Amino acid sequence: MEMTAAEAILRVIKEQGTDVVFGYPGATTAPIYDRLPQSGLRHILTRNEQGAAHAAVAYGIASDKVGVCIVTSGPGVTNLLTGIANAYMDSVPLVAITGQVACSQVGTDSFQEVDTTGVTTPVTKHNYLIKNKEELLPVLREAFIIAKSGRPGPVVVDVPLDIQKELVEFTPDAGEMRRNILPTQKIDKRSLNRLLRALGRAKKPLIIAGGGIMKSGASEELTRFAQALGIPVASTMMGLTALSGTHPLCLGMVGRHGTDAANQAYYEADTVLFIGSRISDRTVPDWDELSGRATIIHIDIDPAEINKNIPADISLIGDCKEILSVLLARIGEVHCPEDWAKKCADKSKKKAFSKRSTHSVTPAFFLELLSEKTSDDTLITTEVGQHQIWVAKHYTFQKPNTLLTSGGFGTMGFGLPAAIGAKLARPAQTVIALEGDGSFQMAMPELATMKQAGTEIKIVLFTNRSLGMVREYQTLMYQSNYVGVDLGVYPRFDKIAEAYDIPYRAIRCDSEVSAGIDAMLSCPGSFLLELVIDESETTVSQEE
Amino acid sequence: MAKHILNALVENRAGILAKMASLFARRGFNIDSLAVGVTQNPEVSATTIVVDGDAQTVEQVEKQLSKLIDVIKVKTLAPETTVSRELSLIKVSCTAEKRAEIMQIVDIFRAKIIDICDHAVIIEMTGTGQKIDAFEEIMHTFGILEMSRTGMIAMTRSKAE
Repeated sequence: MEMTAAEAILRVIKEQGTDVVFGYPGATTAPIYDRLPQSGLRHILTRNEQGAAHAAVAYGIASDKVGVCIVTSGPGVTNLLTGIANAYMDSVPLVAITGQVACSQVGTDSFQEVDTTGVTTPVTKHNYLIKNKEELLPVLREAFIIAKSGRPGPVVVDVPLDIQKELVEFTPDAGEMRRNILPTQKIDKRSLNRLLRALGRAKKPLIIAGGGIMKSGASEELTRFAQALGIPVASTMMGLTALSGTHPLCLGMVGRHGTDAANQAYYEADTVLFIGSRISDRTVPDWDELSGRATIIHIDIDPAEINKNIPADISLIGDCKEILSVLLARIGEVHCPEDWAKKCADKSKKKAFSKRSTHSVTPAFFLELLSEKTSDDTLITTEVGQHQIWVAKHYTFQKPNTLLTSGGFGTMGFGLPAAIGAKLARPAQTVIALEGDGSFQMAMPELATMKQAGTEIKIVLFTNRSLGMVREYQTLMYQSNYVGVDLGVYPRFDKIAEAYDIPYRAIRCDSEVSAGIDAMLSCPGSFLLELVIDESETTVSQEE
Repeated sequence: MAKHILNALVENRAGILAKMASLFARRGFNIDSLAVGVTQNPEVSATTIVVDGDAQTVEQVEKQLSKLIDVIKVKTLAPETTVSRELSLIKVSCTAEKRAEIMQIVDIFRAKIIDICDHAVIIEMTGTGQKIDAFEEIMHTFGILEMSRTGMIAMTRSKAE
């Protein structure tokens, strides 16, 4: 069937299973937008291209499809860049279609021109500049395959304006590839045997679960594996929902901002098994210290992650689910010491908060109550900063992929557009966007997107009138020399809520928390719940 | 630190060289030289990369390169089974009275004089990096006016069948 390339682009997006595209129109995507109404795709206009990428990423995770965004050339692309980099660092599939100036103008510094493939190369899994209409269809289909296969990531397809207007022959997807670009790694038998022997020898083994568990859908296998061997499980930020938070073996997040239980187990462990983690500096603050002390076992789908940050004594390359299944079949060969897991678990299960505040809201108390009052399927998104760490430590996640957060790149402004994307994918689920007052002011324009898309988001705003995480850092590292962290001129968030026609309520002390949460959850539609937090609240452990 | 030679077969597509260069820069890899040329298959280019670094660095260079979608295959070459060559063009100051002496040295090194004028010659020299270094050092005594060197290209020796 003959059609314009613009129409073919939309056809391929639809054919790949996505129903929603996020974007912002411009001159170089005009032919695509012209055909959007007939495409069967729903277009969500975000208020900044960055928001389009974040929303698409969250939509992809929540729907198990590949998120798609469409933006125009030049500033559209550079605005998008942060969103792409965020997806790259957290290994999330994303296909971004970017308009480009006409082929004849490429390289002439024409209006809204930027070297899209050049600026996106360091933060994409792959990118393309379409130079003739013949390559359009195979490239688009390949882009989807690359984005979701192996270690997922963002792929950019840059399409010049003149090519969008050309006629192409649309043929159905025959699943062809120019050559096999999919990973073909087989599980190494010898390493598998060594891994089982090492676990058998371990007196204090610890699993650290990363985001790879969610990407391969291996939560169940991980739970069975840990249970069968009685190995406690700590997680990275991206791996937080790998194991149910109420499981006796779950120790919570490890690392710089981790829980006491997880970090104590970490510093005592003689064998650490990383599964689906790239062992970032936030998870393991001192690579040399760890490798000098414990046997390192590393399971990951990306061969380049093995020995990148820390030398692995034993490594297995492949899909987490597949490897855990093979391990489960041979679990009888290993016996792990029981008392170790018990010792780790005892520390993690006590409720944190007896202390109550009368002049502000205690974040941990609020989050513990919120997790009690919400269902297991509730989707949580966060921004970046103190509130993100509080969520990681004090909200109990029950099911995999119920947390959408910016782990690797730490992108403020992620949470609100992510909530919109997630809600569009799962309209029946409650979606709660947990926001800091710094991050929220980066994401605030997307309130309009939220309203326009008809997405009902519960927004919880932690306000302490400062950039708390940086402030905390200045307390610890710069003798409390607070510079540039005071949010100073401060909007009335009740007025902001009113401006967007969103019900609003403020909670000013712990005794109001329960009723406040109830009001938010029972209110149909979106809601803005502001929590007044004392600026002296920190993310450092207060569990003692 | 040791030098390591890597061979990468890549798709002959626009932008692949930029992607490789971007990778080296971003990951802080020290690259001594990078030579690219098309192979017998016009759709495939062969690149030879000389990396300066320890074993862990070379492992990372190989793995990170392999992750690039347009890279087909990467191999670290073992020095004992590898033949490698560089090409250089050297313009040396050369008056009539020095000509015989320079020609003699050129002969010894099996280099070639490819251009000549009243005050200079251009010498073409092929060989290993070391051989070119040695030749360059001698030519300094006459005065090197200009010099241009390609990166190394390399290949594994075939075994007898």
